[in-house]
Amino acid sequence: MDQFGLLLDGFAGALTPGHLLWALVGVTIGTAVGVLPGIGPALTVALLLPITFRLDPASALILFAGIYYGGMYGGSTTSILLNTPGESASMISALEGNKMARAGRAAAALATAALGSFVAGTIGTVALTFVAPVLSDFATSFGPPEYVALMAVAFVTVSALLGPSLLKGGASLLVGLTIGLIGIDSQTGQPRLVFGIDSLLDGIDVVIVVVALFALSEAFGHLLTGTGHSTIEPLRERAILSKKDFKRSWPSWLRGTALGFPIGSLPAGGAEVPTFLSYSLEKRLTKHPEEFGKGAIEGVAGPEAANNAAAAGVLVPLLTIGLPTSATAAVILTAFQSYGLQPGPQLFSESGPLVWTLIASLYIGNVMLLVLNLPLVRLWAKLLTIPSYAIYAGVLVFATLGAYAAGGTTVDLLILCALGLLGLLMREAGIPVAPAIVGLILGPIAEEQLRRALTLSEGDPSILLSGSITIVLWAVVVLAVLTPLGRAWWRRSRRAKATVTPGSGR
Amino acid sequence: MEQRGSPATAPGAARSRRWTRWVPWAVALLTTGAVVATAPAANSGAGSTAQDVLGGEQLRIMAPAAPGGGWDQTSREMQGALRELVGRSEVYNVAGAGGTIGLSQFVRFGDDPTQLMTTGLIMVGAVKANGSEQSLADTTPLVRLTTDYQAIVVPADSPLRSTADLIEAMRADLPAVSIAGGSAGGVEQILAGLLAKAVGADPAKVSYVAHSGGGEALTTLLSGRSAIGISGVSEIQPQIEAGTVRALAVSSPDRLPTVPDVPTLIEGGLDVELENWRGVAAPKGITDEEEQALEGLLVDMTRTPEWREALERRGWGDATLAGPEFEEFVRSEQERVSQVLDEIGLG
Repeated sequence: MDQFGLLLDGFAGALTPGHLLWALVGVTIGTAVGVLPGIGPALTVALLLPITFRLDPASALILFAGIYYGGMYGGSTTSILLNTPGESASMISALEGNKMARAGRAAAALATAALGSFVAGTIGTVALTFVAPVLSDFATSFGPPEYVALMAVAFVTVSALLGPSLLKGGASLLVGLTIGLIGIDSQTGQPRLVFGIDSLLDGIDVVIVVVALFALSEAFGHLLTGTGHSTIEPLRERAILSKKDFKRSWPSWLRGTALGFPIGSLPAGGAEVPTFLSYSLEKRLTKHPEEFGKGAIEGVAGPEAANNAAAAGVLVPLLTIGLPTSATAAVILTAFQSYGLQPGPQLFSESGPLVWTLIASLYIGNVMLLVLNLPLVRLWAKLLTIPSYAIYAGVLVFATLGAYAAGGTTVDLLILCALGLLGLLMREAGIPVAPAIVGLILGPIAEEQLRRALTLSEGDPSILLSGSITIVLWAVVVLAVLTPLGRAWWRRSRRAKATVTPGSGR
Repeated sequence: MEQRGSPATAPGAARSRRWTRWVPWAVALLTTGAVVATAPAANSGAGSTAQDVLGGEQLRIMAPAAPGGGWDQTSREMQGALRELVGRSEVYNVAGAGGTIGLSQFVRFGDDPTQLMTTGLIMVGAVKANGSEQSLADTTPLVRLTTDYQAIVVPADSPLRSTADLIEAMRADLPAVSIAGGSAGGVEQILAGLLAKAVGADPAKVSYVAHSGGGEALTTLLSGRSAIGISGVSEIQPQIEAGTVRALAVSSPDRLPTVPDVPTLIEGGLDVELENWRGVAAPKGITDEEEQALEGLLVDMTRTPEWREALERRGWGDATLAGPEFEEFVRSEQERVSQVLDEIGLG
């Protein structure tokens, strides 16, 4: 295999002490910025770009790759421990992960997140190495109608996230959809729901909403009721990840990767959508449905793997067709160009050695992240022994710092506080906050793509069913709606049978 | 907790504390020393008037867009090229709404000559399309720096092979020729409107599909769902070279050296020209002397080897224009853009 030889050359280029040091610096910075909400890899790389002009291209690219993967890792740590997602793709990890942490299983949650990220990152990088060209054909076959169908899949499966009460979950979803409407309409350039406030023209950053609804509302809640002392047992078990946990985790890692990589490679797929889908899938397939909502390890393992696989997927369109599909990818593209690398169809033929060095450094960064994070798991988990008033003070500092970094105006801080109070109200009323984020992320994509599709077809809705991909996706929608109904019917008839012949039931 | 052990260990702990106490200081000192030692020696003759204006302060350049975009790239290349002239400068991003969010913050700087903002045609269009209260008239436009022309591209298997085919298709059924491009009110949509006008059709009837960036627009084009796409030449050039898309025409007055085989719209029989220019503005309240000094500095910057190299690397055209000519240019662009956007129905 020709590519394999080239990859080995890449490793030879990347595995020098100097490059390894840059990889270490990169993953450390990346983990740190991933932990801080609002400061993402995009901003960090943009800030570092002028400095790195003095480095040789290979070192700089290795540094950026480390920051990129590190950012995806770091986000999950605060999600799990503090219920404060460092970036929006880690939101789902907070749902089960934070419940696990509260039940004294923080180490297991962090370990499954770290290992899952490693597995997904590695498989993603392998896939990037060998199937990138095939996948880029798949990715570019996605036009607006295909995205509409994909969003429909996401919306029907999202019911798993709505929580026990459909009405309350639906209300939360609507809150998110409404927040998603704020800002300039992409198709006509007209402002919506901005009330004359300039800072709202670009909409509200997802990270600010996530931090406000998750972290701030919780901190406010503690102000109202808390005694200020932690009731959390940091570590109940001796092993970081018990055999049983590992057994339950690995299929979820693989499923998460299988969802994350292809969707991440779609130009408008993003890293969030696969985490929603993965969570829904895990909830459906689990043998421990009673644990979901109370700290099921599959609910951390799957989405965490999905989000890291998506991070690798994003590099597919970037490297193969020169398409930056996220802010970070756009900045990395700038970095490539400043070293005379033109990502795109001829990238591999024109600047082969450097590309293979980059891909090799992705592998190295992944291993380094695992080495860096796994031994630290116990240390991180110890954070929870800090009294909760101190934890929440820290959360407030990070949250406001992050919001200010993301927007840079005091208006952002007011929005953060207002949304935090909204989150508090929702919490008091027993309304789950996760569906709001789902609505906020999916709503604008669905609306935008639907309107694009209808503009393309001059208003003819049949375009939504044209093409083989759309038909497959709509079939998944129908299946997703019908299976729960069918399963309920099957269970009922089975129960009826079980009463006839006792002992044959489960 | 029992405190029994602490008196016994106290002297040892104190000694080690005395020693470790200096570690943070030493680190801080070393870091500062390293930073000072590696900082390039600022000022060297050229642009001394600009330095009087700055009065020892750093230039702060606002890129009114997210990291990675055209304004961000322009600002960061300026930062590099200005280093030899005025030492370090700072670049920061205020993203969103075609630059109008950045503009609304920038107009508050009053008369501070150390504040600059990158701007361009996209901001002129966004001001109009979003109904923003501020416009470039609330700033002091200093210089135009670069220009990037637009390319009209089709998927490789499209039946459209030339500008003549395009004109025919647009005349026959304008809404059926769907056009994928960047944000609403941006350069691509303005060009789409100008094209419709030039073929004698109603610009309001164009099926324009807006995207947040050129990359996203390209995927809609490659998926075969839209008939044509409009994109910046430097952005789409790799795809043209690779043959994934075919360029029908470019919006420049003459053929471009980067894509010499692609005819202009004028050659194809459409009297349309459009350039996506980018430039720099200062706050409204600066004095005439300050304005001249800053213009001089930026014109000097365009002559630095760093800037020439950046133009080459990014594929930007040199479009240096300063002083009253540039202000006149901005005024005429504002009129033209606002007329087109009114006709499209975005005004």
